[in-house]
Amino acid sequence: MKTVTFDSPTQGTISYTDKKRGLWWMSALYPLFPITGLVLHGLTGIELMLLVPMVAAYICVPLFDYLLGEDLSNPPEEVVAQLEQDRYYSRLLYLAVPLHFITFFAAVYWIVTQDLSMAGYLILAVGAGMTSGLGINTGHELGHKTDPLSRLMAKIVLAVPGYGHFCLEHNAGHHRHVATPEDTASSKMGENIYAFALREIPGGFKRAWQLEKVRLQRKGKSMWSPSNELLQSYAITAVIQISLLIAFGWMLLPFLIIHNFLAWWQLTSANYIEHYGLLREKKANGSYERCQPHHSWNSNHVFSNLLLYHLERHSDHHAHPTRHYQSLRNFEDVPALPNGYFGAYLMAYCPPIWFAVMNPRLLNLQHIQGDLSKVNILPGKREAMEQKYASLVAA
Amino acid sequence: MKKYQCPDCSYIYDEAVGHEHEGYEPGTRFEDLPEDFACPACFVREKEDFVPLESDSITSDCAKNKNSVVRSLKK
Ligand SMILES: [Zn+2]
Repeated sequence: MKTVTFDSPTQGTISYTDKKRGLWWMSALYPLFPITGLVLHGLTGIELMLLVPMVAAYICVPLFDYLLGEDLSNPPEEVVAQLEQDRYYSRLLYLAVPLHFITFFAAVYWIVTQDLSMAGYLILAVGAGMTSGLGINTGHELGHKTDPLSRLMAKIVLAVPGYGHFCLEHNAGHHRHVATPEDTASSKMGENIYAFALREIPGGFKRAWQLEKVRLQRKGKSMWSPSNELLQSYAITAVIQISLLIAFGWMLLPFLIIHNFLAWWQLTSANYIEHYGLLREKKANGSYERCQPHHSWNSNHVFSNLLLYHLERHSDHHAHPTRHYQSLRNFEDVPALPNGYFGAYLMAYCPPIWFAVMNPRLLNLQHIQGDLSKVNILPGKREAMEQKYASLVAA
Repeated sequence: MKKYQCPDCSYIYDEAVGHEHEGYEPGTRFEDLPEDFACPACFVREKEDFVPLESDSITSDCAKNKNSVVRSLKK
């Protein structure tokens, strides 16, 4: 246990021990967990064992979130700088990067060497894709850092599922425009996750290319120059995935397509639940108010937070995007998800359940109180929402 | 040459340095940055939010505890 201290001129010595410090290994090692499915399959010969990692993610994790509940503790503000200078936390991030490659190649090895049924092949491709979606989360935390090593690691880990445009799209696109109707990565009230995916996936891709084009123009470089950071990451993807196709043939093509798409879908799922219906107010000069903690749905559920580098403390993350994962705070009275992300994804995949749980939650938020003008709502859904939630909507 | 600071993440735009990655050459004046300029570190504060710095000192409000901290890590 490591204790950090700060000598405050007014409050004396402040000392703080991060109880989660050793537990962040969970986030670093979780990318390897899907290999347990391969091992169990190998040992028992039962193909369905390949499902174990998915069952764990979508049944055990929400259950542990429910049972273990929330962690509301925050580090004292005075020690945050020291916490962020402690290299231990960033090393745990770097460690996750090669582990994502190991799991990806382990899945490929299994596809190539085992005589899998169609179902086994599909389960493995979906599971590998979900793990690479987790890699987008690793890339996310790395991509918010400003040092060259972290940014390089982000590009590398995002290359596993071919999502190299994510960093730019996320930082300069999504963060800047979050919780506005213009943001393709903020979901609207009444919009189901499947419709959202059709807006979010191509929208993010287009926005990233637009942003990179403008940046390169300022530098007097062409879109196709080696300085294009999207192309740099895509190049890694191309080398890996094309080499695999050359080495093992077309049998890997469906695997790669499913794997890549499922990873993108994981990100879509996170984006869908993180800002559902939330809206920043427009100021008199036409610009939006700056992002506040109540512009993100937050979750303090301790178990899934420990698997995701605190991603679920999303309110603080969006209000202050450069804060490192270990110092993200809980805020009082921010929009709160009923479970961690894994449980929330399950709800989102079944839109009637998502709407039934989240629409009343949204309308009851302290800063909304039934005022639909303060909700990011799908334009065509307004009247239907007014009728359906008449008792919650302010007259 | 002047300096301007992001009030959220305390990134400093120094006109003498510019911002190479974003394509702003050393010597690019703050007023010559495009109107849609956003903080290249956090992206959640825009040109109008930046605070001019009088001298080389960082305003206490911006620095929070980020740059002026007593380091004392104990085992
Ligand atoms: Zn900033």
